[in-house]
Amino acid sequence: MNYRGVLIALTLFLLGGCSQVEPWVKPYERAHLADPIMSFSRDPVADGYISHIYQVREGARGAEGGHGGGCGCN
Amino acid sequence: MVVGVTRRHLGAILPALFLVSHTAPAGVLPEDRADAMYHSYDGGGVEVDGPSYLVRKGDGKRFSASANYYVDSISSASIDVLTQGSPYNEQRTQWTGSVDYIHADTTMTAGYSNSDESDYQSDTYSFSISQAMFGDLTTVTLGYSYGDDDVSSNVDSSFERSAEHRNYHVSLTQVLTKNLLLSLNYDAITDEGYLQNPYRRVRVQNDPLDPSAGWNFNTPETYPNTRTSNAVSANFIYYLPYRAAVKAGYRYYTDDWDIDAHNVEVGYVHPLWDRWIVEFNYRYYQQDQADFYSDLFQFPDQQNFMARDKELSKFKDHTLGVMLSYDVFENGWGYLDRATLNVKYSRIWFDYDNYSDARQANAPGYDFTADVLQLFASVWY
Repeated sequence: MNYRGVLIALTLFLLGGCSQVEPWVKPYERAHLADPIMSFSRDPVADGYISHIYQVREGARGAEGGHGGGCGCN
Repeated sequence: MVVGVTRRHLGAILPALFLVSHTAPAGVLPEDRADAMYHSYDGGGVEVDGPSYLVRKGDGKRFSASANYYVDSISSASIDVLTQGSPYNEQRTQWTGSVDYIHADTTMTAGYSNSDESDYQSDTYSFSISQAMFGDLTTVTLGYSYGDDDVSSNVDSSFERSAEHRNYHVSLTQVLTKNLLLSLNYDAITDEGYLQNPYRRVRVQNDPLDPSAGWNFNTPETYPNTRTSNAVSANFIYYLPYRAAVKAGYRYYTDDWDIDAHNVEVGYVHPLWDRWIVEFNYRYYQQDQADFYSDLFQFPDQQNFMARDKELSKFKDHTLGVMLSYDVFENGWGYLDRATLNVKYSRIWFDYDNYSDARQANAPGYDFTADVLQLFASVWY
């Protein structure tokens, strides 16, 4: 593997974070995104409980990002 | 008398849940709200129900704190209990607290959770940091949690073991278009210590050379003392041309016990009139078995590690769910900005490829369905 190339690419990527990125979705275009129905987890207690149901009965765990349990509760 | 057989210990799975990101984006404090929920699970001879209460309050500027009290009241006559022991009743209580601090586009969260049942105590500590960037179109979250568990036995007072869990979390939430959101998540989890159930036993042939001679449950399970897993997921929400949303998600899971799992989920959210929201969802999950799992072993000492936990077998499950939510006030009421009444019902079908129903002489394949009900009220203030 070309580590030098990877290092240069990574450096350029990180430096890119210093430049001003123009938001491609303007603040006044975010009405739909702000609608409660566009939330990954509208109700953290309810979604955390469903994640808990699966964690107890399935082998897999982690990356339940689609549900969320903002309180950490399950 | 064996009273508690084959319960999947609940405290052990806390760390993975702890680091899931907030619903509020970085740079915005979570909303002040309170929730009261009754939950019920009924399937495979296991009934679990109880309350969950959540209160979250912030100072409106920089801090927000939350507290959650959760109870599982368990009545179990599961297939493992019926083949290896006696039905039992049990209760698990969990307290969780967290504090969020916001500074500019950065949100930091520290949390603590305690789970307590008669033979399992768990403490979990967590910290995460979220950064909003690129005009708030991107939010990156890094998190770490540490769990410390004490395992004991209801049938052997001298039995004491411990386990540790560490969870490393990275997630990214991205606004892709004015109608499309993406969430990417990665969790690495490591476990070390006593990871098995002290009660469960494996099924072993009475005669290694003659399966027709029957079987016994005299040999305890033996698990490795470590486990490392990786999980990645991608989730989308898309706003439809009329006011409704579709959701889609995929997760891949793999660990060093040789379990590979995939699940996909789709959902549809549709407001009705002004104050109702209905949501439908479907989820499919499948996994391969752990390399030391077997439904039936030939010898009591056949392998270094031996398990017959159906959660480590090869199986799949399907879930269909529907949720109905009603917005109680049109324009708030006194101190309350908003209130909702909600009901969610899910049915889950579990179908095991290589886990047999040992209650019957010919041990046919096992499957069961579960009904999950959630009733809850939420208020915002």
